[in-house]
Amino acid sequence: MISIFPSLLNGAVITLQLLVFSMFFGLIIGLIFAILRINKNPIINKFAYGYSYFFRGTPLLVQLYLIYYGLANIEFLRNSFFWVIIKEPYWCAIIAFSLNTGAYTSEILRSAFQTIKKGYIEAAQSLGVTKKITFYRIQLPIAIKQSLPAYGNEIILMLKGTSLASVITIMDLMGEARKVNVLTFKPFEAFITAGIIYLFITFIIHNIIKYLEKKYGFQT
Amino acid sequence: MELLSFGDTGWGDELFFATLMTIAVSIAAMAIGFVFALIFTPLKLSKNKSLNIIGNCYTTIIRGVPELLVIYLLFFGGTGAAMYVASIFGYDGYIEINAFITGALAIGIISGAYSTEVFRGAILSIDKGQFEASKVLGIKKYIQFYKIILPQMLRLSIPNLSNVWQITLKDTSLISVTGLVEIMRQSYIAAGSTRDPLFFYSVAAVLYLMLTFLSMKLINKLEIKYSKGY
Repeated sequence: MISIFPSLLNGAVITLQLLVFSMFFGLIIGLIFAILRINKNPIINKFAYGYSYFFRGTPLLVQLYLIYYGLANIEFLRNSFFWVIIKEPYWCAIIAFSLNTGAYTSEILRSAFQTIKKGYIEAAQSLGVTKKITFYRIQLPIAIKQSLPAYGNEIILMLKGTSLASVITIMDLMGEARKVNVLTFKPFEAFITAGIIYLFITFIIHNIIKYLEKKYGFQT
Repeated sequence: MELLSFGDTGWGDELFFATLMTIAVSIAAMAIGFVFALIFTPLKLSKNKSLNIIGNCYTTIIRGVPELLVIYLLFFGGTGAAMYVASIFGYDGYIEINAFITGALAIGIISGAYSTEVFRGAILSIDKGQFEASKVLGIKKYIQFYKIILPQMLRLSIPNLSNVWQITLKDTSLISVTGLVEIMRQSYIAAGSTRDPLFFYSVAAVLYLMLTFLSMKLINKLEIKYSKGY
């Protein structure tokens, strides 16, 4: 059990990399689509809704396969410079995870935007604050603070989601555990050790979010 | 379009049966999850410290590790464990556990953890007066649970259970790694033999969207039906 630990830890580093990258891009995508969702234009609105409906209604595995196997099928993508990115399973996984978590994040942020009390915006308007500043200085900070608990859950869900990267040949924590299982025929040692590492990461994320909630949490 | 035709030339009938398989696994997993939830919810709510810890361990561990890990553990470890148990009883042959059973059990264990949390929340939101009133009337503990608490708990948990159902439905796609021919596995085979992954994975995505859409409609109807009078 001790001898397999270093290789699993190497895998855990890849898992954390995937998580950090996809959470970063996912947050940007989520923010953009949340803003599109609260837009009054029905076409923009519907487009953002369709995006989140598709990515929340289909399994992550389908999305991953669509991007990893499916995009390579399109001729002009293969000839364009995008091919440098989508031929790497690592970047395919990050694209799929980012789009997936972006959809969930946009829903979290949208509901946070919609639960902001009207009084704040009206107060800003009556003080003559411009719309742009109202958004950046009042709506956005409140929305981010309100969505912290839900976003913490999303990070943990995504951590579990990154294990799918092992299916497309990435040697993340799950991939390393599978390799150990194949090499040693000891499924219990391999997967339970990997499970403990996953639980440990979950535990740390959970506590960081709890701390942030306590420090920056928004009381209404 | 002819790729989707029924019969020997197309993949329509294969994908249709694969969809049925996905539905069957999801329902079986949900049912197994209910059994787990009905066992662990009382443990989580119990005043006994050690029973409490068992209940909390189950939900925390299962919700903290990837779904794929549970599936792999049961798939690779299940055969060994079953053979070990059989060897105690004096049977030394090779035992192979059906992929359907392994998959449904793995997803069931996962959905059970989520259902446990849902049931716990529902029981906690039942008015305390109900427990007290039944106690005053001298109703026995288990009759109180089956006749008073359980029906209310089920009604209150329908909206959240619909979320669990959606998660379960999507999780079944992970069973494809063990070789059970459901939507994901079938599209993988079809994509491999026709070299058209984009088309077949899009079909798979549409099938999953249809399943989630239809089940949402159905659950909404159920919710309206059972919230009559409230």
